[in-house]
Amino acid sequence: MKRSLLLLLLCVAWLAGPPASHAQSPDALKALGDLAVDDADRREAAVGVLGATRDPKWLEFLTALRDGNVYARGKGKALEVVVGGAKSTKGDQDVIDIATAYDRKPLGTVPVSSLTEIAADRRLRIAIKPFLDADETRVQLASPDAEARRGAAVKLGHQADAGAAAVVEAAIAKETVPNVRHALEEALALIRLAHGDAAVRVLAAQSLGGLHSSDAVPSLQRLAADTNASRAERDAATHAIRQIERWSLLVRAIETAFQGASLASILLLMALGLAIVFGLMGVINMAHGELMALGAYSTFVVQNVFRARWPAWFDAYFVVALPVSFIVAALVGVVLERGVIRRLYGRPLETLLLTWGASLIIQQGLRLWFGAANVDVSSPRWLSGGFALMTGLTLPFNRIFIIALAAVSVAAMYWLLFGTGAGLRIRAVTQNRGMSSCLGVRAGWVDATTFALGAGLAGLAGAALTQIGNVGPSLGQNYIVDSFMVVVTGGVGKLAGTILAAAGIGGLNKGIEPALGAVFAKVAILLMVILFLQRRPAGLFATRGRSAEA
Amino acid sequence: MSTYSRRDFLKTGLVAAGAGVAMSHAFPSIVGAQSKEPVKIGVLHSLSGTMAISEVSLRDVVLMAVDEINAKGGVMGRKIQPVVVDPASNWDLFAEKAKQLLLQDKVAVVFGCWTSVSRKSVLPVFENNNGLLFYPVQYEGEECSKNVFYTGACPNQQLIPGAEYLMSKEGGSYKKFYLLGTDYVFPRTANKILRAFLLAKGVPAANIEEEYTPFSHQDYQTIVGKIKRFASGGGACVLSTINGDSNVPFYKEFANQGLRSENAPIMAYSVAEDELRGMDTSALVGHLAAWNYFQSVENAANKKFVNAFKEYCQKNNLPGGNKRVTDDPMEAAYFGVHIWKQAVEKAKSFDVDPVRKAVYGQTFAAPVGTIKMHEYNQHTYRPVLIGEILKDGQFKIISRTKGNVEPEPWSKYTSPDKGCDWVNHKGTYQKKA
Amino acid sequence: MPRREVIAVGAAALVLVVVLPLCNALPPTSALHLSDFRLNLFGKFLAYAILALGLDLLWGYAGVLSLGHGVFFGLGAYAMGMHLMLEIGAKSVYQSALPDFMVWNQVKELPLFWRPFYSDVFTLVAIVVVPGLFALAFGFLAFRSRIRGVYFSIITQALALSAWLVFNRNEMRLGGTNGLADFKTIFGFPLNQPATQRGLYTVTALVLVIAYLACRWITRSRAGKVLVAIRDSETRVLFSGYSPASYKLFVFVVSAVLAGVAGALYAPQVGIITPAKIGVLPSIEMVVWVAAGGRGTLVGAVAGAFGVNWMQSWLTTSYPDVWLLFLGGLFMGVVLFFPDGVVGALARLGAIIRRVPAKAALGRERAQPAPVSNRP
Repeated sequence: MKRSLLLLLLCVAWLAGPPASHAQSPDALKALGDLAVDDADRREAAVGVLGATRDPKWLEFLTALRDGNVYARGKGKALEVVVGGAKSTKGDQDVIDIATAYDRKPLGTVPVSSLTEIAADRRLRIAIKPFLDADETRVQLASPDAEARRGAAVKLGHQADAGAAAVVEAAIAKETVPNVRHALEEALALIRLAHGDAAVRVLAAQSLGGLHSSDAVPSLQRLAADTNASRAERDAATHAIRQIERWSLLVRAIETAFQGASLASILLLMALGLAIVFGLMGVINMAHGELMALGAYSTFVVQNVFRARWPAWFDAYFVVALPVSFIVAALVGVVLERGVIRRLYGRPLETLLLTWGASLIIQQGLRLWFGAANVDVSSPRWLSGGFALMTGLTLPFNRIFIIALAAVSVAAMYWLLFGTGAGLRIRAVTQNRGMSSCLGVRAGWVDATTFALGAGLAGLAGAALTQIGNVGPSLGQNYIVDSFMVVVTGGVGKLAGTILAAAGIGGLNKGIEPALGAVFAKVAILLMVILFLQRRPAGLFATRGRSAEA
Repeated sequence: MSTYSRRDFLKTGLVAAGAGVAMSHAFPSIVGAQSKEPVKIGVLHSLSGTMAISEVSLRDVVLMAVDEINAKGGVMGRKIQPVVVDPASNWDLFAEKAKQLLLQDKVAVVFGCWTSVSRKSVLPVFENNNGLLFYPVQYEGEECSKNVFYTGACPNQQLIPGAEYLMSKEGGSYKKFYLLGTDYVFPRTANKILRAFLLAKGVPAANIEEEYTPFSHQDYQTIVGKIKRFASGGGACVLSTINGDSNVPFYKEFANQGLRSENAPIMAYSVAEDELRGMDTSALVGHLAAWNYFQSVENAANKKFVNAFKEYCQKNNLPGGNKRVTDDPMEAAYFGVHIWKQAVEKAKSFDVDPVRKAVYGQTFAAPVGTIKMHEYNQHTYRPVLIGEILKDGQFKIISRTKGNVEPEPWSKYTSPDKGCDWVNHKGTYQKKA
Repeated sequence: MPRREVIAVGAAALVLVVVLPLCNALPPTSALHLSDFRLNLFGKFLAYAILALGLDLLWGYAGVLSLGHGVFFGLGAYAMGMHLMLEIGAKSVYQSALPDFMVWNQVKELPLFWRPFYSDVFTLVAIVVVPGLFALAFGFLAFRSRIRGVYFSIITQALALSAWLVFNRNEMRLGGTNGLADFKTIFGFPLNQPATQRGLYTVTALVLVIAYLACRWITRSRAGKVLVAIRDSETRVLFSGYSPASYKLFVFVVSAVLAGVAGALYAPQVGIITPAKIGVLPSIEMVVWVAAGGRGTLVGAVAGAFGVNWMQSWLTTSYPDVWLLFLGGLFMGVVLFFPDGVVGALARLGAIIRRVPAKAALGRERAQPAPVSNRP
């Protein structure tokens, strides 16, 4: 008990006291020597002394000690405590570079067997932790990385340690990034809430309400229920809680809407290619999922090429991967179509089975080539993290990107189909193949290009999916049924059908999910689709007219 | 001429052919009675399908152990001949292949299974035919079969120490626990035990949340939102028994929505080096895992093991070559083979019953250190290690038990009255109060 | 029935129902002994064959492609499985009257919908009625709204996926991903005895023969001819005064019942039933059995179920990496080159040998699908 009390006092003194000198004091050196002894109490005390100096170099040493990189060399009077560095093998001996404990002056390379490791057992680690934590937070607050600063601010807020108030205030004055500033102000308010007097606490509560800090709700609730607090404090706390809760509801609504849009955009990207192919040729392509997998694996290969050849441009790999995925999938699509599907026009059930067979072959092929394990596709920096729209709401960049990609793809499709000659020909063949042929449209050529287009879109969807999910040989299986649901609900008369169906299914799914949970929400959607098809057997926008049914 | 004549010809022909082929396979295989004939062992791991990702490495490490033993002269002078079958992640194929190995190939022992479903589907086969299975994967306990040796962790050798670490001062004194798992027996039972443990340690029930997602679930937006709200105010951590594929989207969404490992660390029980190989680890750095072995354990035996495995993969042109990694189930599979060999040599027989009795109490210098087979409950003493995920997919070991932890197949938090003992009892028994 | 066919069917039935089990009953040292393992495997294949018969009736004769028959198979299998679980009683791992999975799911008492399954009779009735009712409801809604062709196939996929998702949830109290396993006895007979397995096999073979005869009777009847007409041109049948929806519904229900019975025979022989048999992938595999064997011929369905599963058993032992490639190739090959499956190909071969027009060799009701210009 006395030991831990001492440590605590030291920490507090350390936090509140003036900065220490940077010299190697004799106490510190003696403590260093104490680390190598057998007595656990002395070792723990030694850590305390070293930490109390608040010297960054000693703190670095303590980090090395915690990580198991500290050794003792020699014995008795010649005992030297050193820090170990890189390990290697010379001949048949393991050797290690060592440096002095304080200055990290290199001392050469010695065999590992000549050193004794100073192990940081649990007790020592517990002793080291508060110094490093406090130091880490302080270091983090000054870090160039905004996310690290924000993390430090949040931690300080949770700890609500009075001694840190001054540090936080200083940081607020210097802070430029809005969301970090916000976190710092929150931390300050939380500290004041925990340690201020009545008037200060009222102000703190009000400020927390204004900051919409959901982190503060437990502390505010405690204050509101505290019978010793004054009326003003309790009212301020309750008012703040209500403010925060209203804000949370708003945030939750926007969050659900965004999630719905995100899911809808993913479904749309996947289903777009399928809808075009189904609409034109009546072909249900069960290999659609595998074409997406091919797009995803193309992205993986492009990533690897960039990593090996142009590491400096790594973040750009995704931009290159998108067209590459499109092209690869389109090529495979053309091969499929010209090779086998062409022979089966007018027999959709057979095509369904045929493409299923093709999908199995592609899947196994991917498994044999790349291995059965999932492969690692890293996100480029500009797609990692999120956009902090408002307090408590971060919209991930990768999902925003996919929404944008879906929108662009749809726009491109519209332009292609309604604004170009090729699109005109596609539409003509869709409406009446025989007549278009008579009028000089090469139906076979149109078929190949349309299938390629649909396959290419699948590849694009696969590339986009690498950013939010796994890449493995069975990637296609996870998404294929969803794509079909969208196509079948939307009908093949108009592109708008697919868009509406994707939006409807995505939005409904996310809307129901908080209530039913992910699985039952999905089941509910599937059942709704089945029931919907009772009313409109051929989807939202079915083709009309004579050619509709045989 | 009736149009049926051709049809009935075909019909009879097909059936007769079928029966003929069936009978040709029915001839008993010639079993060599000579003592220097190789002894057959079975390897029952999925080489295709969803579980191939994890199980292929187990097959590789078992075959490597077999090579090692054969190079030193085999077992009791006989070389080991592995019979490798592929149940293709298909649960009823597991039962069929197990029957095939035991009844047709007549193997002396089987090393296999990963998921609890596969183990439960082969269990009746092993029990009815008195076979022997070495099962190397962490599991939910509550099982005590005479015909299985469990070389993976019991809940008290992995789940509880992980939670204990997070509750301790060294681990960060966390007070709120979000139990998130994939919906199947291991996470369900694991969370039952964890909940009992946490409540027994005084954690209020309001500070424990439980949630399950199906296999291959990809969309964690809603759940991460819930965790965020649960974690507001600090002091919260996630105990994750999410399995396989779903880990990547979960960790990614977690990081993208702004949560960091210092604020709400995730302690994973089903993420090991082999899974990390196929993941973008940037979102996972700093999060934790609890196992009985990590590739980064530093000692001579482990160094030898890891190098031997990398060389083995390189030499045999296995995908990944010398970039392959080792992890806990692989280490367990590896020492399982060696324990069996030692037991056979002690019992001087390949028959299941004497070998079984010889396994009890065996020790072996495994890559993690010396492990010991329990004296009567068919499980294994193993140490517990807590690791922090590093960028390269390896773990930094931040905590380790001094010695081995005794396995408790029936957790004292949920079934304090049950025990497992095949020496003094007949398996699972009720303890007298 | 023509004499030739009676002989052929009789011979086949004799071999399957009587000879093979006898071979199994012989002592292991005998040359004709059929191992327990093999007999058990055949039992499984025969159960699959019953399912294939139903599917063939639906697809080969009525032209309705269902990609969700795993659901009905599963319903029958689970019905039998639930009864078998309850039969285990206190001999389970937890020594409780509740099934094991309920214990580790912390369920305190048996859910209501499990209770009737204590009764043997109820179980047997449920095996037939539950899939049948389900098919009736689903089919009624689907066929009445004239959902057809590819759209119907896709919604059967949706059905399979939903069922799979639901059965996997542990909250449904059906065992979750682990399913129902570790059966000990069936109607009092211990499952680990070879005699019981032999009995199960014999029952399966018998049911297959009966199912075959029943299907044959349906296809030879007037209803059968209407079904074929529906397959060839539904609109024409509609305008001829028949109600295609009723006929399709009838066949759908029959095929579902056959699937359910197949499932119920499958469960005790394999010893485990999980949602893995209910989903999208296994349902599509069932279709390939029929396609590979020869749809539109009942023998083809049986042969396909037997043959494809045999191949799977063999390939996953000898060439595990090749199995999926083979299966995919089989799908593609059957569709492109052997639309009538193996049986059809053999018949054509036979026709070439005997120099008889192929159409006559295959039988009158095997018409070519009408070429359609543009539309599904």
